Amino acid sequence: MNWNRSTKAAALSALWMGAGQLYNRQYMKGLTLTAVGAAAVSWGAAGLIRRLHGLITLGTAPRQMVKTGNQFRMTDGDHSIFLMIDGLIALMILLLLAGLYVFSIRDAKRQACRTERGERLETFRESLLALGGRHFPYLILALPLIAALFLSVLPLLFSILLAFTDFAAPNLPPAKLVNWVGLQNFTNLISLRSWSRTFFGVFGWTVIWTLLSTVTTYFGGMVLAVLIHQPDVKFKALWRTLLVIPFALPNLVSLLIFRNLLNNQFGPVNQTLRLLGLEGLPWLTDPFWAKVTVLAVNMWIGVPLSMILISGVLTTIPRDLYEAATVDGASAWQRFSGITLPLVLFTTAPILIMQFAGNFNNFNVIFLLTEGNPAISDYQYAGGTDLLVTWLYKLTLNNRQYNMAAVIGILIFIIVASLSIINYRRSRSYREEEMSA
Amino acid sequence: MNLRLILTYVILAAASLASLYPALWILLSSFKTGTSLYSETLLPQGLTLDHYRELLSGRKYDYLLWFRNTLKVAVFSTLFGTFLTLLGSYAVARFRFVGRRYGLMGLLVLNMFPGFMSMIAIYVFLLQLNLLNSHWALILVYSSGSFLSNVFVAKGFYDTIPRSLDEAARIDGATNWQIFTRIMIPLSKPMLTYVSLVIFNGAWVDFIFAKLILRTGDKTTLAIGLYDMVSRFNSTDFTIFAAGAVLLAVPVMILFIWLQRFLVDGLTAGAAKG
Repeated sequence: MNWNRSTKAAALSALWMGAGQLYNRQYMKGLTLTAVGAAAVSWGAAGLIRRLHGLITLGTAPRQMVKTGNQFRMTDGDHSIFLMIDGLIALMILLLLAGLYVFSIRDAKRQACRTERGERLETFRESLLALGGRHFPYLILALPLIAALFLSVLPLLFSILLAFTDFAAPNLPPAKLVNWVGLQNFTNLISLRSWSRTFFGVFGWTVIWTLLSTVTTYFGGMVLAVLIHQPDVKFKALWRTLLVIPFALPNLVSLLIFRNLLNNQFGPVNQTLRLLGLEGLPWLTDPFWAKVTVLAVNMWIGVPLSMILISGVLTTIPRDLYEAATVDGASAWQRFSGITLPLVLFTTAPILIMQFAGNFNNFNVIFLLTEGNPAISDYQYAGGTDLLVTWLYKLTLNNRQYNMAAVIGILIFIIVASLSIINYRRSRSYREEEMSA
Repeated sequence: MNLRLILTYVILAAASLASLYPALWILLSSFKTGTSLYSETLLPQGLTLDHYRELLSGRKYDYLLWFRNTLKVAVFSTLFGTFLTLLGSYAVARFRFVGRRYGLMGLLVLNMFPGFMSMIAIYVFLLQLNLLNSHWALILVYSSGSFLSNVFVAKGFYDTIPRSLDEAARIDGATNWQIFTRIMIPLSKPMLTYVSLVIFNGAWVDFIFAKLILRTGDKTTLAIGLYDMVSRFNSTDFTIFAAGAVLLAVPVMILFIWLQRFLVDGLTAGAAKG
């Protein structure tokens, strides 16, 4: 083999980070990288194996009573969750170091090539300046990336891992050790009667809710937009302003208001009905009526946005299309179903899919209005209006069933991800991205 | 006037009434004497500012404290979140670099997980580490979350700025840093305004994360405070709640009505451009 300068430099850097740079006589850079390499090795020697081992076993020594002399004392056992987090962080640092390692090898080779071609070496100052030039995007990406890595990616990996453990009350650290259980939680969700009944019940309602809530708000908004858009309707701006108020009122406030308005005993709605000699309805306390109520209230909140969006689309449809249709003798309904509907549907399809995904995870409407209640007796920690996402929340916060909550999170991800992928592939930016990259 | 037009006006009037009713009801309740949420007449008999006075005096509820807490969380989240979004979206929109495609894909995938799944993991961390109940934890969560959810909207904005602009500046000898700070940031003002208002509004009324992380009364934000006010089983202070809701909602409503145009533009742009 022909050992020219660049191969040697790369090989040296592969042996020890920074060695190739020293060989290239880039002393400052070489020393910096050597120091980082040494720090990495000492860090790795000190605890990498132990940390990764901890991630694999999740701890081996449970907390126990030990007799020292004639006194019993509680020893601190392994804390499985800390071991898991430690292990994950170690893995991430390992990946970052691997990236730096590859970079140092490539850099050594590139610089040596320059010498071979008889070019001047890059000075340390120039390498630093490249941060403002060639490497500028990395420089400004560093901060957002670190934030995303530690506040989103790491927690997400952690919760995905939880789905494969038995981390749930009453098996909680530090008193107990957590164990890997493989796909046990997934099979339990389907096959254990107590879980599967709740899961299929909640899942079924989530699907119905998603379909109905999306369709009702969309078509509700379309009806209003089309009505206002008629050429002979007066005060267009006034109607729009009045109808847009629910959109401007914060969700939190409007949902809490509805919760009071619809209260069975004290709520003004039922009191008014009683005044009229009617029974009043169990708006939020009967499983069926609670479902109707959340759908109706969601319509109240969601229709304005659809109305604004569709109004926007309507103004872009050329007038002469309608005029031509009228000349051909089309009725109002035919003009609507033949021109307006297809055009609006086509333009707003991506938004519709987005709203679909959003409603699937519509936490606020359900939680602030009913908290997922009314309770259903043979459900496991869930109520009649709970969606998967509110069930997940309750499982975590109220019942400490962390592993099952994680399983449900993964299922939600799979469903929402499929929807988003459909949407993304349709969108223009994807196609542009394909061309430019 | 034909039947179609009459029917149209009837439907529009009914829908407008339904839209207005809850907002009007809460507004009237906040000025009503007593604590009951039901009145026999549409317009209350006695009008009073007592509930607002009661709230702001802080005798029964620490409304001003909640307000301060919320303001702190919202302001810092907006600052950090907007800054992260600006840096990240600019980098992915204007540069082609190794790992960009995978990075974008990764960001998309992250956006598809249920928003607060990572949140719940953070809750478990914080619980185990005894770090729950801190405003800064909440601020960090909001800012990194807002980066993830806004980066594509912001990227879409930068995609619309012609490339010839930075190329010309580069030919004139401007460094990347100069192009970024002197040309791009000033051009980004509409986008930055939009993003920061969305983040601010989100933090201002968010209930889920605040409820998850903040545990004690001295850390409570407006959203949790109001929620607790009416969701306790035996709560009877509906008129005070109404006053609190009006105080919370009015600034947001003004913001929203002003924002409406940008918001719809952003949504449609997001749909058409990703």
